Amino acid sequence: MSLIDVDIKNREELGRPHFIDQKETPTSVDDAISGVIFGKTYLWWVVGLAVSFGLLSVGGLGLTWLLMKGVGIWGINMPVAWGFAIINFVWWIGIGHAGTLISAILLLLQQEWRTSINRFAEAMTLFAVACAGMFPIFHTGRPWLAFWMLPYPNNMGVWPQFRSPLIWDVFAVSTYFTISLVFWYVGLVPDLAVLRDKAKHLFVKRIYGLFALGWRGAANHWHNYEKAYLLLAGLSTPLVLSVHSVVSFDFAVAQLPGWHATIFPPYFVAGAIYAGFAMVLTLMIPLRAIFNLHAYITERHLENMGKVMLVTGLIVVYGYATEAFMAYYSGNTFERFMMYNRVFGPYWPAYWALLLCNFLMPQLMWIKKCRTSTFWLFFASQFVNVGMWLERYVIVAVTLTRDFLVSSWGAYHGTFWDWAVFIGTIGLFLSLVFIFIRILPALSMTELKAISPEGKSAGGH
Amino acid sequence: MKILDDHTWEQGTGRSQGSQTAGDSPANSAGDEASPANKPDPLAADPVGVAEARQAQAANASPEMWRSFGELAGSDSFQALVDNEFPRYAPQEWEDGPSRRNFLKVAGASIGLAGLAACTRQPRERIIPYVEQPENLVPGKALFFATAMPHRGLAIPLLAESHMGRPTKVTGNRQHPDTLGGNDTFSQASVLGLYDPDRSDSIQYRGKILPWDSVVSEMAPALQAWEAIGGEGLRILTGATSSPSFKAQMDAVRQRFPQAKWVQYETTHADGAVRAARAAFGSDVEIRYDLSKAQRVVALDADFLTSGAGHERMAADFAATHNVRGGKREMSRLYAIESTPTPTGTVADHRLPVRPAEVGQFAAALAAKVGVAGVSAPSLGSDKLSEWVDAIADDLLAHQGTSVVIPGDYADEAVHVLAHAINAATGAFGSTVKAIEPILLEPSEHAGALEALAAEMNAGQVEALFVLGCNPVYDATADVDFAAAMENVGTRFHLGLYQDETAAHCQWHVPQAHYLEGWGDARSADGTLGIVQPLIEPMFDGRTDIEVLSVLAGQAEEGYDIVRATWSALGDDAWQKALHDGFSADTAAATREVALNASAATDAASQISAPSDGFDVVLRPDPNVFDGRFANNGWLQELPRPLTKVTWDQVAWIAPATAEANEIETGHVISVTVGERSIDVPAWVMPGQPHDVITIHFGFGRTHAGNVGDGIGANANDLRGSSDGFALSGASIEDTGRRVKIASTQEHYQIEWQSQQAEARHLLRRGTLEKLEKDEHFVDHMGHHVPEVTMFEDWKYEGYSWGMAIDLGSCTGCNACVAACTAENNIPVVGKEQVLAGREMQWLRIDRYYSGDLDDPGIHHQPVACQHCERAPCEVVCPVGATVHGDEGLNEMVYNRCIGTRYCSNNCPYKVRRFNFFLYQDKTTPILKLARNPNVSLRSRGVMEKCTYCVQRINSARQTAKLERRRIRDGEVITACQEACPTQAIAFGDLNDPNSEVVRWKQEAYEYSLLPEVAVEPRTTYLAKITNPNPVLVADDHGQADSHH
Repeated sequence: MSLIDVDIKNREELGRPHFIDQKETPTSVDDAISGVIFGKTYLWWVVGLAVSFGLLSVGGLGLTWLLMKGVGIWGINMPVAWGFAIINFVWWIGIGHAGTLISAILLLLQQEWRTSINRFAEAMTLFAVACAGMFPIFHTGRPWLAFWMLPYPNNMGVWPQFRSPLIWDVFAVSTYFTISLVFWYVGLVPDLAVLRDKAKHLFVKRIYGLFALGWRGAANHWHNYEKAYLLLAGLSTPLVLSVHSVVSFDFAVAQLPGWHATIFPPYFVAGAIYAGFAMVLTLMIPLRAIFNLHAYITERHLENMGKVMLVTGLIVVYGYATEAFMAYYSGNTFERFMMYNRVFGPYWPAYWALLLCNFLMPQLMWIKKCRTSTFWLFFASQFVNVGMWLERYVIVAVTLTRDFLVSSWGAYHGTFWDWAVFIGTIGLFLSLVFIFIRILPALSMTELKAISPEGKSAGGH
Repeated sequence: MKILDDHTWEQGTGRSQGSQTAGDSPANSAGDEASPANKPDPLAADPVGVAEARQAQAANASPEMWRSFGELAGSDSFQALVDNEFPRYAPQEWEDGPSRRNFLKVAGASIGLAGLAACTRQPRERIIPYVEQPENLVPGKALFFATAMPHRGLAIPLLAESHMGRPTKVTGNRQHPDTLGGNDTFSQASVLGLYDPDRSDSIQYRGKILPWDSVVSEMAPALQAWEAIGGEGLRILTGATSSPSFKAQMDAVRQRFPQAKWVQYETTHADGAVRAARAAFGSDVEIRYDLSKAQRVVALDADFLTSGAGHERMAADFAATHNVRGGKREMSRLYAIESTPTPTGTVADHRLPVRPAEVGQFAAALAAKVGVAGVSAPSLGSDKLSEWVDAIADDLLAHQGTSVVIPGDYADEAVHVLAHAINAATGAFGSTVKAIEPILLEPSEHAGALEALAAEMNAGQVEALFVLGCNPVYDATADVDFAAAMENVGTRFHLGLYQDETAAHCQWHVPQAHYLEGWGDARSADGTLGIVQPLIEPMFDGRTDIEVLSVLAGQAEEGYDIVRATWSALGDDAWQKALHDGFSADTAAATREVALNASAATDAASQISAPSDGFDVVLRPDPNVFDGRFANNGWLQELPRPLTKVTWDQVAWIAPATAEANEIETGHVISVTVGERSIDVPAWVMPGQPHDVITIHFGFGRTHAGNVGDGIGANANDLRGSSDGFALSGASIEDTGRRVKIASTQEHYQIEWQSQQAEARHLLRRGTLEKLEKDEHFVDHMGHHVPEVTMFEDWKYEGYSWGMAIDLGSCTGCNACVAACTAENNIPVVGKEQVLAGREMQWLRIDRYYSGDLDDPGIHHQPVACQHCERAPCEVVCPVGATVHGDEGLNEMVYNRCIGTRYCSNNCPYKVRRFNFFLYQDKTTPILKLARNPNVSLRSRGVMEKCTYCVQRINSARQTAKLERRRIRDGEVITACQEACPTQAIAFGDLNDPNSEVVRWKQEAYEYSLLPEVAVEPRTTYLAKITNPNPVLVADDHGQADSHH
């Protein structure tokens, strides 16, 4: 019995809408989703990919110049030794959290509504983590030596310095990427087999066939698949919590006022999920409209995502409140000043914009009408995307501008090259998304079939 | 190729070929075995005709694609051409196909060539080993030579460090009886001046490069002609000097040319002091102050701790009486009355900002109060001034014989005279004040002398002008158009380190030898004779002023011979000793008994006037580039100036209240107008600046300084006439509407609020002597104390454990330490843009804080370098272990291991780490390589760096100690900053040695560590700034005397 096979009766009794149009059959699911891949190439796709690739090229330019000249082309300085690179790193890693959460935790919690969005969310995770992963390497002064952060045997007998949170980052992020990739791929295998079977062109058939690993849909295949998938879900689950906790240690372990706070791990994890769901919505809503996937991504999905955003958003806001309260309650000069500086210092617009984006706008999600409206969801999620970036800006850059010694206060502004690399990663992310939706099923056919009425009656498959 | 081209073009190119087949490539089809020797000359090749081509095509042997008929035909001549054009593709080598023999041959050759490629051919050079090893020269070991840097005519006695013949660093000569090793930024940075790539590198006559011999021989006939007329119209213009050799040469010149005249000009010459000595004592004497005996010091516009004759010694003596270390509970007291803030004012117990005219009024009132006969007190502008006069007069009278009033170099003659009169009245002469024979040769008023010279030139009375080591075209006063005057002079000769503004107007230019390159001599402020000993051959065929004078005198002697002859009274042993020591002992100038002219004080008091309407402009030499002579020195340009922390820029200081009233802010370019004269300078809101006073510094607006110094700021000389002195009244200011960014290393806005923040954090702890006496541990009661809790056992330091202590009370913020650190540690210059971006690289910085209200704040300095924390927060966060703790307590940077995550800097509460955001080190300019300390690694792009406690010096001392089988003694390791400090505010040593100076300092009750809240246990700690304010004045003083705590 499939885990996805939740108690549908309850749902029907409660009169809640289904997560799939009840007219759908396994065949219609296959046809609809593989149709996206084998159908004709739309002009908007070509244009979209071209624009994304253009953005990516801007980043390529930025990185080339960076390698030629040094990190001085960015706005960082003393005292603000970390800037856009770290902000973007944390932002992308945060976005990368929704995928695993949706796939693994919701799977374990038997939330069947995840089925139509998990594939896409997982892909998004991978792409976001790929974008994030670039920054810690390129932000170093000598990126060609960044491999020294890896514990490899060498004849000098030097190891990384394991007390540094940056080393923890290396392990956390690389583990997360690996597990996410495997998890995503395993989930893809039955779908790849469908594509193999549907493909007309021999070459395409072979390629899909190669990656389908000889999947025939035999009972023992399904048996092993379910087990592996469940195990991987179990493995991924702690990572959702650990990765961003570790990323938050970069700050929490340091002793700067504004960084050194025990609230950081949970607050960062909540923020990551918040950002991740906002990004899923950002991409899912246009995709749903373009490919007419209303049957699979129903209003219920959107509403649930809206709810998750609201809850995680409230946790994040609680984090802000705690920071402010602890700064006040500690009576510590430096902590108090840090908070004062965020709210009223030279960078006050960033802080207030952050509150607008992350605190005020998501309150719309209390209203059912907004939660179920693609417009309002999209609207709110844009604010969250920006807000979460601003949050990292405030934490990383604004904190560093003014710390302990008044004499050493400074200022920070991103330069053209900071933006170029940031835009480049957005380009990379979008390029990968465009390629992904064209060559792989953005929705899991397997799981959608399982929750279609026919699929259910057939025992899941 | 021309023939082929002709074919191609003449016979048509675009014709399509219908029947092309996959044919053999030309290489395969060509079967000729022609060796290179009998290849046909390509240019003589027969053209291929259309018919031949068609024939070949028909035979189906033509290549698939063709570029010309020749190729299509696959003709021999074409093939020969191809082979010749691209010999590498010549087919014959490879035709046989791979054979075993061929393969082995080629493989063998490749391996052989691979080996060859690894070694580039070395340039041929002759290696001549030392036949006799020069004495004491051990490669890798520095040698030290005593020398002296002439500056404003006086010697700064120095010890120069030489690595294999390259001077890399200078420091004060600690054995010198007068200066005791005192030092300043100019001498510290002078090494870079030696290796300045922009230095003049050739002797030139009208742009033609000549050897020195031709200069001598070409000049000889002209000189002989002048000799015939007694040298009429011959003028020699130099800066001030005290050199006996110079005097000897000048005497010889004047003997040969009796009509010749010597004119001296220094922009910053203390003309007022010269006039005052003549007025007060009727003769040219110089006044020296002995602060070791002074209990009460009044500075009248005098920055005697960091500038002027004898400042090195005065700083040391003052610091010795103005501290409470070692349980001493008596301090001297310093009052500073100044028309512009100075470093001296910042360590004063009371500082009073006044307008320039008020300095004179104050002096007159004080003179009247202490009972100088014939002086009546003028009416002072405010009650505060009167209170101060009363309090100070009482204090001076209570310390008769142990008090002193010091007038500043840039104060008026009247202030000097009144100061002398007060000193005479309080019994200071003979105790804290003495008059000595003039040290500078032939004292004169410089500004007037230059004007007179220009008038002579304009009148056509000057035939030849020899400008030796000065730059009048740049620094003449505004009423003297020296460049235009030079047009009236037939022969114009310039000796200078640079091809500067004056050189541009001379036919002759001879590069001047830097003081580290040429022989000379000079006297220090007390008159002690010092030898300027070169450490290196002149790099650009430079000559010294005495060598040029020697040519004029017809002798053309070498520098060494001239100096040795001047010192001929010394026997060889004595000469050797003088060379070794850098000075000749017991040659200080004689004290001269002087009597004050009865009417002098009265006359001076009658010159005093009240401040006039409008703004006053105060002109001062720049603390970094001085009068412009150091404008091309990158170390100095980038040194954050003592009070403003401004680098690379000229700013006009303006009081906060004045700025507010005129709606001017820092960075607004203001036009400062005095009469007809006007210059544009960016404003700088300066707390502690007197109201309605604008301070502008000399040394900017250079046009021929070099790549570093050109085009910065405006020339302050353009405001000043030759009779104006250094304070101009009746000025006006106007906002030009232009806005510029000033590269300051400390944030400069919301100053008042920032000061409050700094106060709340107890960064710079300070208190009064009274407070200290009441509560020994008052500094401990400031701030929060965090109990030190750790799960780990502390490391036990078995050997050495290094530490530093800095006495904030002694720090004048003069920057000598920062300049010394820059020179010692190969710290790169990054330029204005990078400083603006917040990326200055100095390892040591001097934080400046204000306390109290902005009109009259306390100004405080705190040198901060890496604190070498025992629980260093940088170490734990480095992912690759590039910053680690040494077993002697040092926090060490492993540059090679650093990948540049910069996490260490983020986690450093003191923000003392510096990052190479770009490749800041100039690794390409050859001459700069000579300037570097070989014992300190050069840091590359992407690497973090910071203060090492001069670990190279520790290691050098360790080597010596090990060879002698003993521990390093206290005082054996002297860090560069400590060495340079004129007030000896820094102690460094082994914390495991209970008798070391640093341990004694750290045991003081008023010692504290910066930011104890973060519990990182820094090894550098501070002694609180203790001041000794006058209880009478404390009530209304918001400044130095701190009553907040």
